[in-house]
Amino acid sequence: MNALKKWLGIVWILLGPVAIYFLIKTAAAEIARNPVIDTKIQWGVFVVIFIPIALGISIFGYYAWKGEYEHLPENSAEIPDSEH
Amino acid sequence: MNQPTAAKSIWKVIAASSVGTLIEWYDFYIFGSLATVIADQFFPKVNPTAALLSTLGTFAAGFIVRPFGALVFGRLGDLIGRKYTFLLTLILMGGSTFAIGLVPGYASIGFAAPLIVLLLRLLQGLALGGEYGGAATYVAEHSPPHKRGYYTSWIQTTATLGLFLSLGVILITRHMLDADPAESVRKFNDWGWRIPFWLSIILVGVSVYIRLKMKESPLFSRIKAEGKISVNPLKESFGHKTNLKMVLLALFGATMGQGVVWYTGQFYAQSFIETVCRISFDQSRTMLLWGILFATPFFIVFGSWSDRIGRKWIMLAGMLLAIGTYHIIFNQFQTLSDPTARTEVTDKRKVLKTTTTPVADNSRQLVRTTISEVHFTDGAVFKETRTDTVQTGNATASFSAAKITWHDKQLDTSSYWKFVLLIFVLVLYVTMVYGPIAAFLVELFPTRIRYTSMSLPYHIGNGVFGGLTPFIALLLTTIYVDDKLSGLWYPIIVAGVCAVIGAVYISNRIDPDVND
Repeated sequence: MNALKKWLGIVWILLGPVAIYFLIKTAAAEIARNPVIDTKIQWGVFVVIFIPIALGISIFGYYAWKGEYEHLPENSAEIPDSEH
Repeated sequence: MNQPTAAKSIWKVIAASSVGTLIEWYDFYIFGSLATVIADQFFPKVNPTAALLSTLGTFAAGFIVRPFGALVFGRLGDLIGRKYTFLLTLILMGGSTFAIGLVPGYASIGFAAPLIVLLLRLLQGLALGGEYGGAATYVAEHSPPHKRGYYTSWIQTTATLGLFLSLGVILITRHMLDADPAESVRKFNDWGWRIPFWLSIILVGVSVYIRLKMKESPLFSRIKAEGKISVNPLKESFGHKTNLKMVLLALFGATMGQGVVWYTGQFYAQSFIETVCRISFDQSRTMLLWGILFATPFFIVFGSWSDRIGRKWIMLAGMLLAIGTYHIIFNQFQTLSDPTARTEVTDKRKVLKTTTTPVADNSRQLVRTTISEVHFTDGAVFKETRTDTVQTGNATASFSAAKITWHDKQLDTSSYWKFVLLIFVLVLYVTMVYGPIAAFLVELFPTRIRYTSMSLPYHIGNGVFGGLTPFIALLLTTIYVDDKLSGLWYPIIVAGVCAVIGAVYISNRIDPDVND
């Protein structure tokens, strides 16, 4: 299972930029098709909101690849003091 | 503190928290429930689809700011305590809701109208972001491990019950403004839609009274003391690796999928039934009310069941069932409301209105629009609008194939209850993904990082992914115009990714002690 978690991490790392690419491509096409202020605002908001989330899934994938999810912390004692 | 006393105290907390939370959900949802009416009032009438999109966008804005509300009020809770922060969010929500009911329409004040409404909607979102989370986590933290899902599921019912209350108030208001039903509806669409917003101030007043009367018991004082964990919640949530990795896991493995299933099963279903299936306003609301009524007890059932078999697989089962059946269910909505599958009782056809308008560059032609009431053998009654072009002086000849659209559909009894059954199934999925999630999130985050980090994945998953569902789904149908079900791909893909991540990375372990 840990091997699956690790290798799936690569999928999540790649999913981020793929999602960003399709988001920007669709936004550009829709704005070109209908270049009114409503369309620009709507797609602009989508791009601004979902790009950080797409980056987040890449970071998630990176943590998965590094084995960070092989064991989840079960109590506060497992949280390193250096982080608090 | 002995077990019976602790149990009695928890029920008091559940009751006081639930009342306020329910009213805040009501405030938030009357906006969405009245989206088509608000579109007409506050946005230019030139393009109805653009107006609806703008309204849904304003509706969505309230969802997008929820995570910021969680951060702002989480920080405030650390400074002034949970009780007074909860009071503040309640007053902010009630005040902005009441104010929406006072804003003049676009016809009166132009673009200032939608801008003011947008601002008030943002305030609603901030308030809601600060509301949910504190009460649910508190109950989860003070429940015995074998009843954590059961106790928290009572608070999980409040969002759906808030929607139920908003639909009920709207329906009652719509029919009580005049003895003549048609006139009552006209008055409602004109100004009566404001009444549910004004009612909010009374409901909020009651809730504030209840919360003010709750004394700072040792249990609440402990919330205040335990609230002093984060000096800088933003830095802690995103700057520390353990916090960040758990926030990302909770979001992509649970709340993202839970959010889209929640909003597809209730809000998008309502929007689809009204705008795609063209079911009448009243029927589209009452069938949702019935579906919610029958399904709501299952929040408790699945929350309680999760105490025995774990949270993870119930939530993932809800997501997988949703992914596998959304196309079937929504396709069935279309089939059950399809006039071409019915047999007309031609004797009962009644022409309600006929208008003729000259064609702009051809004075010898007229565009004729005929609205008729059409009765079918199964008891359904639909309104038909037929548009064709006629030569002047010859009212019976037609030069163009008539364009026919259907609207204001009143379903027959059998079809109506089939709709209710399908909605019940959709809300059942909601109870599966949402019932156990409060207990799940508390168990996922150790105490040390819980308050700073838990609410963020919840509000991003529900506010951003879930809240934008009706908006994105409608937008997809404007891109893929030939497929009325294209909007479902958004929740299906999001829930699918979430189900895979949840299945692989999340543990089904029930934490025996969440206070360590």
